Amino acid sequence: MPSDSPPAPLPAPELPTSSAPVPPGLVELFVAFARMSLAGFGGVLVWARRSIVDQHRWMTADEFNETFALCHFLPGPNIVNLSVVFGSRFRGIPGGIAAFAGLVGPPVVIVTILAALYSRYGEIDALRRILAGVSSVAVGLLLAVVLRMMMPLIKRRDLVGLLILAAVFVAIGLLRLPLPTVLLVAIPLSIAITLVARRVAA
Amino acid sequence: MNSEPNPILTLAWTFGLMSLFAVGGANSAIPEMHRVAVDVHHWMTDRQFADVFAISQMSPGPNVLIVTLIGYSVGGVAGALVATLAMCGPTAVVAYYVSRLLARSARSPWPAIIQAALVPLSIGLMGASGLILALTSNRNWAAALVTVAAGVLAFATRLNPLWMLLAGGCLGFAGVI
Repeated sequence: MPSDSPPAPLPAPELPTSSAPVPPGLVELFVAFARMSLAGFGGVLVWARRSIVDQHRWMTADEFNETFALCHFLPGPNIVNLSVVFGSRFRGIPGGIAAFAGLVGPPVVIVTILAALYSRYGEIDALRRILAGVSSVAVGLLLAVVLRMMMPLIKRRDLVGLLILAAVFVAIGLLRLPLPTVLLVAIPLSIAITLVARRVAA
Repeated sequence: MNSEPNPILTLAWTFGLMSLFAVGGANSAIPEMHRVAVDVHHWMTDRQFADVFAISQMSPGPNVLIVTLIGYSVGGVAGALVATLAMCGPTAVVAYYVSRLLARSARSPWPAIIQAALVPLSIGLMGASGLILALTSNRNWAAALVTVAAGVLAFATRLNPLWMLLAGGCLGFAGVI
């Protein structure tokens, strides 16, 4: 779940040259992303950073942060976006596909097996109780991530940001409005407000 | 929506579209997944949705694989694959082109502005996810208490989430929840 929190800024490593001694090949990309994905119980981001920056040195910490920021502002699963952007940077479209296949392929096999087991045995009482317990905890973990992400806004006393946050929460969580409708209103509004706020601040 | 021609096709366009609206990642899209899967198409019950969320959190890999489980319940292995590709494909293509565009263009202020504008949106969406999941998962006070306890522990400590999930499973098995 921490895959949604931005990576912690690290002190810039004092490497003399660019991060990539040898650009990774297709197989290497597939294997590296498969490994970080399978290690990533509860969020792949930590492992992605460890593998790309620390272990293989394919990117510096700053390059990684920039790439992740881009993937965070694009729609869709962040880490999936990261795999495609990262892979294609080194090996073009085939590289993007190799990294994506490594990230998603092996866990999809595992999850599909779990899905089959669930559809077969999901009604067994003991399993029902276990899953109920796990999901109660998992929701708590998600709420903790939300709270952590809110802290910077609260510390900055970003009233406008908190107001937008609350409006989206009410529209989606309480009124249960469809996501596309809400976003078509909220995104332009939020961008306009951000622009005005920056102009006032400048 | 009663005359669905082919559930696999419905999966494909539903998640393909959702992929492009999932601002802030897979966890932000959970309310929309719940709305579509439980309320609109009746693919699964509230309880099954909570179960599927639990399974996806226990499994390795990106959180987005909750759609693999939803897809499986609709159309078996084919449904699982179609849902996964539909949820990841369109956004992957967008990511590819945007990253190339940004690499070529001079340092534009727009990415930073859009990002700043989207942060509160995506937190609001994730908060809504938390609320909806809390309502579907927690059927009694003990369960709600476990959610709160896990949230506080995860917020205040650096305990590995896997241990907390395990503890939740044990509490459930023991019949506490």
